[in-house]
Amino acid sequence: MIEILEYYPILITGTITTIKLTIMSAILALVISFIVGLARISKYLSVRIIATIYLEFFRGSSAIVQMFFIFYVLPLLGIYFDALTSGIIACGFNLGSYGSEVVRGAILAIGKEQHEAALALNYNTYKRFRYVIIPQAIPIMIPTFSNLLIELLKLTAVASLITISDLTYMAQIIRVQTALTLEPFLVILVIYFIISSILLIIPDYFAKKFSKGRNTMLAGQN
Amino acid sequence: MDWSWEVAFEVLPQLARGLIVTVEATFVGAFIAYILGLIIAIIRMSNSKTLGISIYWIAEFIRRTPLLVQLYFLFYVLPDFGIFLSPFIAGVVGLGLHFSTYTSEVFRAGIENVSKSQWEAAKSLNYNKIQTWRNVILPQAIPPMIPPLANYLITMFKETPLLAAITVVELFRAADQYSNSHYKYLEPMTLVGLFFLLVSIPSAYAALKLEKKFKPRNL
Repeated sequence: MIEILEYYPILITGTITTIKLTIMSAILALVISFIVGLARISKYLSVRIIATIYLEFFRGSSAIVQMFFIFYVLPLLGIYFDALTSGIIACGFNLGSYGSEVVRGAILAIGKEQHEAALALNYNTYKRFRYVIIPQAIPIMIPTFSNLLIELLKLTAVASLITISDLTYMAQIIRVQTALTLEPFLVILVIYFIISSILLIIPDYFAKKFSKGRNTMLAGQN
Repeated sequence: MDWSWEVAFEVLPQLARGLIVTVEATFVGAFIAYILGLIIAIIRMSNSKTLGISIYWIAEFIRRTPLLVQLYFLFYVLPDFGIFLSPFIAGVVGLGLHFSTYTSEVFRAGIENVSKSQWEAAKSLNYNKIQTWRNVILPQAIPPMIPPLANYLITMFKETPLLAAITVVELFRAADQYSNSHYKYLEPMTLVGLFFLLVSIPSAYAALKLEKKFKPRNL
């Protein structure tokens, strides 16, 4: 057990890489979630079709396969990404497909009278969604997004297979160098557990912030 | 690099063998996940508080950490303690264990959603414990559980490529092996992606149908 302490610098580097990967792909996934989620309820059929194809493609094929495809196959077609970018794209696009369903579901959960109220105020479509619908939909999204964030963190471990030196990769290095097995894996499992427990707290903060002063019935759904 | 049908057809038999292993792993893993999930749910609902809380935190620990690391743990650590599992067994145990923490929530919610009056009704009919579960609780609890359990089956199917990391030759590793020995990467990996889509999209729609069929009536 003492031996693993000597390896703390690479464990810290690995933790930072994992966190970086998680945050960057979370931002990408969030942006995609909103774009695709809104596109899925667009009034234009062509937009809806494209969004649905995106959704089914990224949700239907495995995230691991997508990551390998981006990192190993796309370069053969002349599209190059470094390992970290491939990891971010794969994680972000994959979780974005799940997230888009959350956005769509939350927006559809907002009652018709809210749309009518916005119309009565003479709001155009942009204003209606920006000021009336989406602010009310966000508190509904947060609990599910919180779960997806954990799924995302866990997905980043797969990025170690495309040579990204995250926590899992570092554990493998320690295992190969020291022939220790229990210690490196136990240590990183605990680190992952701590990170995800922290990640579960953040959405709570936003849930409180977004539901402040709003309809208590909606806020109660958190 | 251009698509070559020759390579595609050459790799197909290996992929088909890999797909069989993938499907086997999915079903065995799901079987473990369902059984273990039910056990976790029952323990968590039992009267013993300390046992319930410890099981809760063990399940949370498993749920909040990556499946890949858990697979490494089973594959590399257990042999040091004298437990030797074949890659396939380690893989399905890992898969089952990881997803049992998800299915346990389905079982728990399903059972808790049966209203209290049903238990009281069973009591007033003088049913014993087995009769209560067999004739009153389970028939009402099981139908709403089926769609989410089917969805987890699809999720598990999509997670099986992780088993490749512990040397199980399933669909993904079959393609990888071919790629590495023939230096052809485009066709095998594309076909693997297609296989996944071909299986999971129809299954997802089937699961959606189940969801509509088993929609709770008295809500």
